[in-house]
Order: sequence, then C-alpha cells, then structure tokens
Amino acid sequence: MKEVLRVKKPGLLTTVQDLGRPNAIAAGVPPGGAMDRFAHRAANLLVANDESAATLECTLNGPELVALEPCLVAVTGADFDPRVNGEPQPTWTGIFLSQGDELSFAARRHGGRAYIAVAGGIAADKWLGSMSTYLIAKRGGMHGRQLLSGDVVSAATEAYAPAISGRHLAPDQRPDYNDHALHVIAGPHMRRLGAEGRKALFSSEFKVSRDADRMGYRLEGPSLDASGEELLSFGLAAGALQVPRSGQPILLMADHQTAGGYPVVATVASAAMPVAAQLLPGDTLTFAEVSLESARKLRAAQRDALDSLKS
Amino acid sequence: MPPPPSTPKVRTHPLGDSALLAELGTRLDTALNTRAIALANALRKRRDVRQAVAGYASVTVHFDPDQTTHDALAAAIQRLASKRPPMAEPGRLHRIPVVYDGPDLEAVAAILGLTPAQIAEIHSKPIYRVFLVGFVPGWAYLGPLPQELELPRRHVPRTQVPAGSVAIAGRQSGIYPLPTPGGWHLIGRTSVKLFLPEADPPCLFRAGDRVKFFASRA
Repeated sequence: MKEVLRVKKPGLLTTVQDLGRPNAIAAGVPPGGAMDRFAHRAANLLVANDESAATLECTLNGPELVALEPCLVAVTGADFDPRVNGEPQPTWTGIFLSQGDELSFAARRHGGRAYIAVAGGIAADKWLGSMSTYLIAKRGGMHGRQLLSGDVVSAATEAYAPAISGRHLAPDQRPDYNDHALHVIAGPHMRRLGAEGRKALFSSEFKVSRDADRMGYRLEGPSLDASGEELLSFGLAAGALQVPRSGQPILLMADHQTAGGYPVVATVASAAMPVAAQLLPGDTLTFAEVSLESARKLRAAQRDALDSLKS
Repeated sequence: MPPPPSTPKVRTHPLGDSALLAELGTRLDTALNTRAIALANALRKRRDVRQAVAGYASVTVHFDPDQTTHDALAAAIQRLASKRPPMAEPGRLHRIPVVYDGPDLEAVAAILGLTPAQIAEIHSKPIYRVFLVGFVPGWAYLGPLPQELELPRRHVPRTQVPAGSVAIAGRQSGIYPLPTPGGWHLIGRTSVKLFLPEADPPCLFRAGDRVKFFASRA
C-alpha cells in the first residue's frame, strides 16, 4: 500500500465505494457500493484497474486532492468540471498527476455523483467483504465515515497493469444522464395501481424531493394508490419503487432497507440505475416500462461499452 | 383455515432484471416461513444465485443475469418448492433479559387495560420465532406476539429510538439494533447487542431462531 492523495478539502460528501456487499443483505445489511455502477466501473477500467476496485464517490461537488506521488487517475459520472492545477481536464479519461499536482473541481455542470479512480485501486477498511462506506453502521471505507480534510488516500502498491494515460470513453458510449426517462420493469404489486394508476405512473412527471440520499429518494408527483391487503415484509432490491400509504413513491437506492412491506409497483432496470444515481433533489423524471428482454439488451450494450475499455 | 397443500404453487414476480420475488403464500404462518427459509437455503447453493433472502412467506432471489433468466430461475424454484420440505429444525434459542421500563409501557398498559407488570408477564411468556432478519442491520421480526398485546403502530414515529429498545407493534415484537427512527411501542430495553459489526454474519439472530424474553431488574 502507498499513500497517493492528500485530502485538502473533502467536498460535501465523498466516500470510498466499490461494488458493495451483496451477501450481507441476508443479515439486514444494505448491499451498498457505488450508486452509479457504470461510472464506477468505467473509472476503474480507464486506469487499468479491476472493475471491483474501490473508488471515491463525490456527491454534489468534488474534493481537492494533492498527489503525494505520480499517479494515474480518472474522473467519471457527474461532470463537476475537473481541474489539475487549475487547468480544465477531460472527464471519462485517464490523466496523469505528478507529485504535488492538485486535482480540484470548479463547478457542477450536470449530475450528482462523480467517481475518482486511482491506478492500483483505493485501499481502505474492508467490512463484510467490501470497502464500501456504510455511514449508518460506521463501517467500511475511510474508517466508516466520509473523507475529511487531512485524510490520506492510499492505493494498492501494485497497479493492475502499466499505467497509460489518455484512455477515454467516448460520449456516445456513456449513459445519457440528461435523459431522465427511467426504464422500469413491472413489479410484484403493479396490478394494485389499476389501469388509472398505471397510466399516472407512466405518463406523469415525478420530482426528486429533498428527502433523497444513498438509501433512497422520496418522489413527489401524482398520488398513487397501491393500497390493499396488508403485505407481509419481504426482501427488497435496489431500484424497487415502493408505494407507501401516502401515495408518494420511494425509489430504493444502494443503501436501501433490505426488507419492507410496502407494495413494489415497478423496479428500475439495472441499465437505468446509473441515470437514477445522478438525480438530485428538484430533478424531474418519468418512468417508461420495458420488458425483461429489453432490459437485458440495454444491460448488454452497457457491458459492451465497458468491455471496449479493456483492450 | 386449511393447512397449506404439500405442493403449493409459487408465484414469481420480477424485481428488476437481476432479482425476483417468489411468494409461497400471504399468511403469517410458521410452516410457510419454514418453507421460505428452506427454499432460500437451497437457492443459495446455486451458482447463478448471488443471494436469497427469506421473507415471512417469500424468498427474494438476487441472481446473475449473465448466467440465468427470470423464467429459468422461476422454473427451478417451482421444482425446488415442490420437493418435500425438510423437517422444521427447532432453531437456536436465545434468552434475552429485558428491563420492562420503556417510555411507552404506561401508555400501552392504559390502552390495553392492563398493568405494566402484566404487560411484562404476557410479553415474556411465549417463545418467539425469528420470521425475518432485515430492514436495518441486526433487526429481526419476532412473532407471533400474544393477541392481548396487539396494537397498531404509533401515530407519530419517533425520530430516534435508542439501540436495545424492546418494542411491539401488531402481532410482532422486535429489538432496535441501532439508533434509528421507529414507530413501534417501546416497552423495555435489553443490554444484549443485536448488531455485531465484527462478526459475520453481523447479527445475533438468524431466520428460524427462537427467542425467549425474561424480566430482568437492571
């Protein structure tokens, strides 16, 4: 392990994340991990890491980081206008930092979460098989908390492959973060909405409320009625769209509660979760129903885009 | 109500493109829960299954969509569910000391027309079953709660419930493992730690375990 970056300013909420701890859900522990898995995987591939290596997830704005030694980094996901020593840098591109270089972010252009990968992969506390930070239990990542000024970020000593800068993912290969029509697959309790409720779900605009974090987003929009017989609690999945009695749906995200008894009317397709992950309070979105087969094709297309970075 | 048939039809529903919900029934029933736990255990052994979580009467299956499809897995679940369910194992028995002095004890006693001492006596009488582990780390849904103690949830949930609070709601009881918001009635507290972050799995209770409360002075 070697110290690669010193945190000069941490940003609003910067945490270490990887692909999460899917096995822990049986113990009530959320799967966690990067909210935008595509951006996380791409950031790693751009610096020749394994896709499962840990990255930094930066929420709403970026940190200021000083390179303690030469290193290769990549910034993906939201565009917070990355700079090196004040000079604008491309996103979705491997960039070299020399010792003393300062990586900072000028302003948010679009999206809510940016990912920073470092060649070798970020080394941090592992909990239940994952370095993902789970703030509620204060476990994983940087001692279970968000990054603070003065923290030092370490990377594995051995890079996965020789570091080459300039590797790039073309815009047409990335998720279209400006298209907020989320593809969903009908869920176990869709029928409870009835024809009218279904129409309301697929033809209305919803807004992300202020109550939106890594656990989930409360949405504002037409009131949906999924009432009926009380449901026995069952296991949940990220992307599930719950409709509680209030009628205002809740979209479950990476740190979601693992079980619940609210009706689930639909679930966001995994290929649409990166777009969902970039939404912020005040953003509007719509839902578009897709079949399992379409969802598979969308997922395969994203897989191909990521695989193109491996050559 | 008739007993469940020996080969019930399992209803499967997509939960997105990499998970599904398999429903064994819709009743709060120990036999259904036993079947759900057995089915989850069997599914976990499959290579195309990432994780299987038993609910009260269902199993949520997270699968690798590169290795299987919803339909293929649904068919496999139907085959597994039609097999004779394993003998119900008794499950581990936990004895949990409770100081019955919760902030809602007096109010609950007043609503139910009982004394606080009677609440403690009735609550600590049965051996509860862990129907489901989930919601937040270490939380377990215990039941069934004796009918005499059945109450709807609080109208206004508390924004913060201390860890170790012993609570009741509906036909269920539970212990808050972490300081979290909560809408259940707090009748007591325990010093036993439910969330064990250094252990794997990081929780004391497992689905199918049994729990016996006993009144303790401090």
